[in-house]
Amino acid sequence: MAKSFLSIEGLAKRFPAPSGGGGPLTVFEDVSFSIEKGEFVCIIGHSGCGKSTIMNVLAGLDEATEGGVIMNGKEVRGPSLDRGVVFQNYSLLPWLSALKNVTFAVKARHKNWSREEVLAHSYKYLEMVGLSGGAELRKPSQLSGGMRQRVSIARAFAIQPELLLLDEPFGALDALTRGTIQDELLKIWRGTNQTVFMITHDVDEAIYLADRILLMTNGPEARVAESVEVGIPRPRSRDEIVEHPHYYKVRNHLVHFLARRSKELAGTKSTAPGGKPETVRFGAEDGEEPARPSIYAINQ
Amino acid sequence: MEGLSKPLPLRVRSIIVSVAILVCALGLWELSIPPQQAAGELTEYELLTGGGAPKAGIPPPSQVMTKAWEQLSDPFYDAGPNDKGIGIQIGYSLYRVLTGYFLAAAVAIPLGFLIGMSPLMYRALDPYIQILKPISPLAWMPLALFVIGDSQASAIFVIFICSIWPMLINTAFGVANVRKDWINVARTHELGSLKTAFIVILPAAAPTILTGMRISIGIAWLVIVAAEMLVGGTGIGYYVWNEWNNLDLTSVIFSILMIGVVGMILDAIFGAVQRAVQYAE
Ligand SMILES: Nc1ncnc2c1ncn2[C@@H]1O[C@H](COP(=O)(O)OP(=O)(O)O)[C@@H](O)[C@H]1O
Ligand SMILES: [Mg+2]
Repeated sequence: MAKSFLSIEGLAKRFPAPSGGGGPLTVFEDVSFSIEKGEFVCIIGHSGCGKSTIMNVLAGLDEATEGGVIMNGKEVRGPSLDRGVVFQNYSLLPWLSALKNVTFAVKARHKNWSREEVLAHSYKYLEMVGLSGGAELRKPSQLSGGMRQRVSIARAFAIQPELLLLDEPFGALDALTRGTIQDELLKIWRGTNQTVFMITHDVDEAIYLADRILLMTNGPEARVAESVEVGIPRPRSRDEIVEHPHYYKVRNHLVHFLARRSKELAGTKSTAPGGKPETVRFGAEDGEEPARPSIYAINQ
Repeated sequence: MEGLSKPLPLRVRSIIVSVAILVCALGLWELSIPPQQAAGELTEYELLTGGGAPKAGIPPPSQVMTKAWEQLSDPFYDAGPNDKGIGIQIGYSLYRVLTGYFLAAAVAIPLGFLIGMSPLMYRALDPYIQILKPISPLAWMPLALFVIGDSQASAIFVIFICSIWPMLINTAFGVANVRKDWINVARTHELGSLKTAFIVILPAAAPTILTGMRISIGIAWLVIVAAEMLVGGTGIGYYVWNEWNNLDLTSVIFSILMIGVVGMILDAIFGAVQRAVQYAE
């Protein structure tokens, strides 16, 4: 069996019992999955199930209580420029201009580059996310949420990491901006051989962007229960994607999982060998009625 | 009238009120002081008991302003140990304040970084800071005079010891409370600890550090006056005390005003630096 680009093996995160009483808390356990080079993977689950914690472990910012992460055959120990992170709250340095937020990262990556090289490279990525013409000279506090997010994405892409980790990157954006930045993200990703691991709350966003969607059960003792293959060819367009026979099947499956099964499966053990999530794949049987559009509300 | 149709901007109105208060206060002051009797009108007895000397009353503002004009038109004259221009006296005080202050900054800021970055050092040094901080800086004076010997250096030491605490505490607090997210940005970009300190922690904590520095310079300027009254020789504090001994209340009032003006300028400078390092999140 060929080794995956990234493999997460038996990850668990536990917190000791609080001093006020009560037992120790297991946020998640037996989390195992792998990601291939160039894949775009989303992970969905309810708040508090441990998605951000998993991502921080992948980033090397946090340590798991059990298990480990292997990337390119090497165990992940501590953060690295090979893994770029777009944090949920952008995490731009507020005393630096948008441009300097990017040049700071580029300088960290390419220590022997000249000033001109650093600037040119930074501008390339700022332009890619549509931030130029003066806006790049402003401080984050003088930019809109959407623009800040673009800077944060430009910063992560400019260091050209092998693995890009995104924590609910579009959560705070309005629908219109969100759509634009999603398209920019896809455009940049397609032009490179980067691998993306993204946390989202949004089922439609996940289907539009991902090759594969990991589903987490509710915490505590959460785990990654399923891996749903989207199976819709790229490039995808927003209008046409809903007409694809897989679309509503995948969507219904996700919504149903979030609404019901994430709770039912909470605390259960995996039956698959090695704790790997169960793969869910929808075949495109001809003539079959597309499933009824879902009207579930997702309670987060 | 056209001018009244639109209300003046707040800034202009506040200036008008300030000037009005000044004029009223000076006017009341001037009027409340009985005019000095001319020497010829004094009885022999009054002359003998010093009734005509300036201590008979607080000088009116007009006299203080004349004094100010005299002093400020030649601030740097030097006519012996007890007769130096106000500029020279303030210069001595500033020299002591700034020397003691920057020595304190050179110790407090690196030490504050250490304390802020290491929870161990934070806890280990906390009891010492808590005990040393509330000690009146002047309480150190006898010990300083005994150990250091030199009165100049003792005054500088007193400034050092009084300015160190706000800077140390604010630096430690600012450094300890730098947002975890920003530290994580440094970590994901593989910055070493020195680079993290200079590129992320220092600018992040700068507003808090500058607040401490601004508090310290204010305290240092308060303390130098008292310290110089004790050690004597030169400086604005000594000048005030010396003029009191000369019973020259006009000079005393004038130097009190100068102490205020210099303190205000020092505060304004640090305020400007503080605004320069401020950032909005
Ligand atoms: N220091 C801590 N002590 C105890 N529990 C913690 C601590 N930090 C995080 N948790 C728990 O870890 C869980 C996972 O958090 P997180 O990874 O942020 O979830 P998600 O991103 O899926 O919303 C939360 O339920 C939270 O209560
Ligand atoms: Mg989260």
